[in-house]
Amino acid sequence: MTQLQYLAQQGINAISIGSLYALMAIGLAMVFGILRLINFAHGDLIMVGSYGALLLLVLGTPFWVAALGGIVASTIAGLLMERVAYRPIRGAPDVSMLLTSFAVTILLENAAILVFSPTPRAFPTPSSLNSTFRFGQLQISRIDVVAILVAVILLVLLTLFVTRTKLGISMRAASEDLLAAHLMGINVNRVIATAFAIGSIMAGVVGLLWSARVGKVDPLMGFYPVLKAFVASVIGGLGSLAGAVLGGFLLGFLEILLQGLLPSSLAPFRDAFVFVALIILLLFRPNGIMGSAEREKI
Amino acid sequence: MRSQRFFNLLTLLILVVLTAGFLIYTKVAASAYIQRVVVGLAISIILVVSLNLINGMTGVFSLGQIGFMAIGAYTAAILTLPLSMKEVNLPDLPSWLAQVELSFLPATLIAGLLAVIVAFLVGLSLMRLSGPYVSVATLGFLVIVQVILVNWDKMTRGSRTFSGVPPFTTLWWAWGWTILTIYIGWRIARSMYGRRMIAVRDNQIAAKSLGINVMRSRLLAYCLSAFFTGVAGSLWAHFIMSFSPKSFYFVETFSVITMLVIGGMGSVSGSILGAVLITVLSEILRNAERGIAIGPIDIPPVYGASQILMSIIFILVIVFRPKGLLGGREIDFNRFWSWLLPKRGEKAIVPGKEVS
Amino acid sequence: MLTLEDVNVYYDQVHALKSVTIEVKEGELVALLGANGAGKSTILMTISGILRPRSGHVRYEGHDLTRSSPYDIIQVGIGHCPEGRHIFGNLTVQENMLMGAVQRKDRAGVQRDMEWVYSLFPVLGERVRQSGATLSGGEQQMLAIGRALMGRPRLLLMDEPSLGLAPVIVQLIFKVIKQLHQQGVTILLVEQNARQALQVADRCYLLETGRVVMSGPVEALRTNPEIERIYLGGSAV
Repeated sequence: MTQLQYLAQQGINAISIGSLYALMAIGLAMVFGILRLINFAHGDLIMVGSYGALLLLVLGTPFWVAALGGIVASTIAGLLMERVAYRPIRGAPDVSMLLTSFAVTILLENAAILVFSPTPRAFPTPSSLNSTFRFGQLQISRIDVVAILVAVILLVLLTLFVTRTKLGISMRAASEDLLAAHLMGINVNRVIATAFAIGSIMAGVVGLLWSARVGKVDPLMGFYPVLKAFVASVIGGLGSLAGAVLGGFLLGFLEILLQGLLPSSLAPFRDAFVFVALIILLLFRPNGIMGSAEREKI
Repeated sequence: MRSQRFFNLLTLLILVVLTAGFLIYTKVAASAYIQRVVVGLAISIILVVSLNLINGMTGVFSLGQIGFMAIGAYTAAILTLPLSMKEVNLPDLPSWLAQVELSFLPATLIAGLLAVIVAFLVGLSLMRLSGPYVSVATLGFLVIVQVILVNWDKMTRGSRTFSGVPPFTTLWWAWGWTILTIYIGWRIARSMYGRRMIAVRDNQIAAKSLGINVMRSRLLAYCLSAFFTGVAGSLWAHFIMSFSPKSFYFVETFSVITMLVIGGMGSVSGSILGAVLITVLSEILRNAERGIAIGPIDIPPVYGASQILMSIIFILVIVFRPKGLLGGREIDFNRFWSWLLPKRGEKAIVPGKEVS
Repeated sequence: MLTLEDVNVYYDQVHALKSVTIEVKEGELVALLGANGAGKSTILMTISGILRPRSGHVRYEGHDLTRSSPYDIIQVGIGHCPEGRHIFGNLTVQENMLMGAVQRKDRAGVQRDMEWVYSLFPVLGERVRQSGATLSGGEQQMLAIGRALMGRPRLLLMDEPSLGLAPVIVQLIFKVIKQLHQQGVTILLVEQNARQALQVADRCYLLETGRVVMSGPVEALRTNPEIERIYLGGSAV
């Protein structure tokens, strides 16, 4: 394999992983923008979606039905989460909201352990997704291509939604100035529910792609992706949608780059390097790359 | 003023007698199980009181303090591990460590100091951040510590269990450190320094304009908190005797935060109350869980109904008592005295703020 | 049209409005005067449903709005142009205007009203695709007023519309206020600039530390020696 092919392969890897991070980070960013809530439990929506899909697959439904079912499951879970746990504490200090989301995480993960047992289960990825494309010596797995395509489609749809529809514009308005949004008569409850729904749909999609990639599901599977999505959205600037997407892809590239550059003795420390990079970035850009300065409370 | 002082001393005396009585009773009469719970409680109190130093008093909400506990636990355990165990369990230790076998106190002190050094170095950058960014960055610190523990095989045995730690943590060691931590936590809350920290927490801009160095007071609180958290790590290591990096991750982080939030952030007595309540409650739940045996058997005891119930209780507290059971204030013993001994025609002791 | 009866509002422990009773009749322009922290903005926020009174009633054309949400209050025809403008800086001028009309379903009417606002403030019409953050202070105030008008309010609450603006812009804004008033929009105006406010208003309430201390037609207040001394004397802006 030539140098160039190697680079191309790694580039596609980075974009594919970055797509997943970006989709996750968008969910975090939308909710943070409006509520100033860092929703730690966002990762568990991945888990709910994957188990939902797995359940349907076990029952023998075709893959696309199961996929749809999984996305519906994570959406319902996301909406319930907002209604039951987060609505009662709206306007509470940031820390209380963050802690509540921690509690929701512990709750969901332990419930999943009780119901599904802690042992991972195989996720029957359809063989059509498992194969690879071949261009000369270049091998590209289909799941990477699918992930990139799905991400592009979802990002385009999201862009259209937030710029062309009244509800989407209301969402941007509410995330910038909640008081003014109230005064204009924007239905803030609906806007928040929509933000959770969109975030959950994306989490459901990520869950499917993730499970298909690693071939298994387990109750704690959402932890790793949400941590990465945190980093991505902080890199981009909490609350900024464009920042979340940018941060997701940057993180994807950073990880692949570290994987390629680190000597093998340091390779296992990759995640530590990622967080060190994040902390260094925050020193120079305390609000991320695209984040605006914190609104000071008077 | 004299009577105020008298009652303060009396309160202190009663608390000391009660604590000593409780400990002696535990030592002499209680079952081995209860004794273990009481030692575990002491370690929890140290963790919560020192978490309160940074999270409650400065408003920097760190999610990474358990990282210091891990540093303390591994450091002290490596130092006290008997030489014979070292050869078997940690054959690849660098030679200057392989020949060392310290006793408990110096090992614990070194563990705490190492935590302080790390805290100072990472604090130089972390304490500049604010709001949710500082929480995410400190969470990053926790992950970094975790990754290092899992991969630094030579020193930590990686993700395998680190075992053979001598059982040095007695009731007296644990409670001695606890009382020291409480005393220092309480002194700081009442000192100029503590008031300064609270000023910074409540209004950064105003604090800055008063010439308070936000960065310095945060860094000091962070280092102090790291010291006692590191000490707690050492105590815990010599109490539980075998552990792995996973012991110092999110479950433990959440458990300590729960204690702090339920008791009331910013209050030393609230921190203690939270630790006591949660320890008692989780012991009861754990026993109930084992007794009823819900669900399949392969569920390890940490995971299960008790965790679920705990997180529900946590959410309810945040919804209905967002400032915790004590609302961020200290337990006021003066009120107890003026309730017990009302004097005719005068307010015995003015409840509320004391004048120092 | 609008009445506040014996309204008490608290911020936590602070008693911000003390038994405030106020009436605004259809077609009137009523000014609320008073120093900083007297409770003027609090009154507007209470009418808009952002703050809930602990006791008392807010009534509007037979509806009891005391416990209504901001969402419902917009629906009965009350618009609010907040202090500090609160325009959406990341949204374009056009999108800001659209947010003012967020509850309206009549696209044609919205379009017509947008043209009308652009005729009131031609400079906005030139900047429809520009983001709110790039406007000057005066333009942002115009946008805030225009945005509030997009809800077709019959009662318009205006909070310090002249705050921090150049005299030329203040003149323009008061011209528009007068114009709206003549077109039949009922206006409740909060102002620090008492001189300007008394020129356009029909009636006036004077607030001090959360209490109404004086009220009446502006002619009477304008000649009141105390008003003269406190609000019009010295170097009023």
